[in-house]
Amino acid sequence: MGVRPVPGIVLEISHLHKAYGQNTVIEDLSLTVREGEVIVIVGPSGCGKSTLLRCINALESNQGGEVRLHGEPVLKGSKNLPEIRQKIGMVFQNYELFPHMTVLDNIMLAPVKAQGRKKSEVREEALALLKRVGLETKANSFPRQLSGGQKQRTAIVRALCMHPDILLFDEVTAALDPEMVREVLEVILDLANQGKTMLVVTHEMQFARAIADWVVFLDDGRICEEGTPEEFFDHPKTERAKKFLNTFTFERKARQPKTI
Amino acid sequence: MDWEFISTNIPLYREAAVLTVKIGFAGILVAILLGLLCEIIVYCRIPVLRRAVAVYIELSRNTPLLIQLFFIYYGLPKIGIRTDAQACGVAGLAFLGGSYMAEAFRSGVEAVGAAQEESAYSLGLSRMQTIRYVILPQAFAISAPAFVANVIFLLKETSVFSAVSLMDLMFTAKDLIGLYYNTTESLALLVVFYLLILLPVSLLGSVLERRLRYAGFGT
Amino acid sequence: MPDLGLDVLFKGKNFARLLGGLGIALRISVIAILVSVVLGTVLGVLRQRENLILKAFMRLYLEVIRIMPQLVLLFLVYFGTTRSFGWDLSGETASVIVFSLWGTAEMSDLVRGALSSIPGHQYESAAALGLKKTQVYLYVVLPQAVRRLIPLSINLITRMIKTTSLVLMIGVVEILKVAQQIIEANRMNSPNAAFGVYLTVFVLYFLVCWPISVLAGKLEKRWG
Repeated sequence: MGVRPVPGIVLEISHLHKAYGQNTVIEDLSLTVREGEVIVIVGPSGCGKSTLLRCINALESNQGGEVRLHGEPVLKGSKNLPEIRQKIGMVFQNYELFPHMTVLDNIMLAPVKAQGRKKSEVREEALALLKRVGLETKANSFPRQLSGGQKQRTAIVRALCMHPDILLFDEVTAALDPEMVREVLEVILDLANQGKTMLVVTHEMQFARAIADWVVFLDDGRICEEGTPEEFFDHPKTERAKKFLNTFTFERKARQPKTI
Repeated sequence: MDWEFISTNIPLYREAAVLTVKIGFAGILVAILLGLLCEIIVYCRIPVLRRAVAVYIELSRNTPLLIQLFFIYYGLPKIGIRTDAQACGVAGLAFLGGSYMAEAFRSGVEAVGAAQEESAYSLGLSRMQTIRYVILPQAFAISAPAFVANVIFLLKETSVFSAVSLMDLMFTAKDLIGLYYNTTESLALLVVFYLLILLPVSLLGSVLERRLRYAGFGT
Repeated sequence: MPDLGLDVLFKGKNFARLLGGLGIALRISVIAILVSVVLGTVLGVLRQRENLILKAFMRLYLEVIRIMPQLVLLFLVYFGTTRSFGWDLSGETASVIVFSLWGTAEMSDLVRGALSSIPGHQYESAAALGLKKTQVYLYVVLPQAVRRLIPLSINLITRMIKTTSLVLMIGVVEILKVAQQIIEANRMNSPNAAFGVYLTVFVLYFLVCWPISVLAGKLEKRWG
């Protein structure tokens, strides 16, 4: 067994249960995320990874269990939900930038309106962050003028500028053209190196291996297996994990020599 | 063409056109407010009121303005609700237009989509902030063409005001035809004055639509 | 309970007369709708052709018809033709002409819109499968276009029915005129008849248009 570091707990999910009507999506799921930790969640489509992230943010209501951020419950419908959400940064698969605002306005909206910070200070920080992800020339562009990769980097900056305690990445490269995947993943890798606490859902196994401190394999709404990236990717213990990892490798049957 | 007849009667038409525009825009203004109110009630899922809005929209959309006006102007006074002709015109147009405006707003809000709402929530914006900074600006822009189309539609509908004895353009034309038999001139003036009212709005509508298409909202 | 003037309806043949008046309004609508659907479809398909003269003509026709209130068009045809051409059209004929002209314009636009809403790659992928041009239309384009078209044309039908109420203004004796006559005849013994009778007219129009709207809404949801 690898050793998992034990600094302060940021996020605590305990016995989470989520169902749409009769259809159970997440069942009795518990997971703890500690300061500075990068946890990658993998699993087949429909296993509940995205729903899990949405539950953490209370975008979905749950039918049991609870989510706590620094000890405070995250509850759909509670009065202080907006304040708690300010501490949870989320980046979506389809970017979800606001199309009627420039890149800079997209980033500044929540820090100014929701956190009540000073405009000049936020602008300075936003520009510095944009520069770090290579978008300093795009500050006054509208989202429609950006490529997919640029939009996603903007969305990451938008989340970062809120100074969140934890960042949630929901398959952020799934909608991107292959040549743009790298530019986005490098930004996330850079954030990991800075010691940000992150929960990453992804289909990019190479990337998962590179960035993860801890890998969680989700199947049918439960944690089926978890471990360090080396353990999980090189020596998966469960059959389901082995089968899942196999779907990423291809083999062709030995070719028959063509006979004339 | 009897040019003298035309020039003597232009002031009459001008007065009628002013009345048409005045009542038309008053009615449209109330219709916009009513439509916005209806959409807010539906969007916020306010229990009982939501039902009332649904009933109102069906009643308004499935009956002609002329009959709505007859009912308001001739029917309602019998149970003690009296309105003068102008107020009746405004009320009728607002009753008709409110549902059309509500639909325009609704399709705008729906086009913005739930994902934008979630994106705003996940940034920690409150419900009111989300509506104000994220949903409404986009919804207004998206529904602008439908909105202008409704304004044109409602302005055209004002032509039935003469039925409740408002001295609008139709009333004036019919009056002059009856009095002097100068049918061609009266009708020509009628058409010209309606064009003066409707063409600018219609042009504004096509400009808006083109600009919105280039703005490429959505992704 | 105040006197709502509903009793008038049950006197003699009053209610039947009202329904008769509604029948006249509906007859005008039905004729105009039939003409509009047929002519509008033909013109709408023709507008797909790359013929500049035809396109310009259709555009002009559509814009002219659309910018004018229908009541103005009624006046133009009813009063105008008498003066200019010496025709003596009945109110009903004038109404049928106007509503057909208007309905055809709107219908042709709906047909054109439905056809051009089918994205180009639908034609291409059908052609790439080796379908012939008629097959592409028959199996791929038309089924999709028709689904888009039907709810919208049903909506047009309710709009046309509502608009027929205007024929009162050029002297056609339809439901509102009958209502006026009934109210006038009973002015003495039932002073509140205006409320009950106009309410009934309102409800009758609603009962005609509402089911059609509901149908359009359902089809739109199913095929949308």
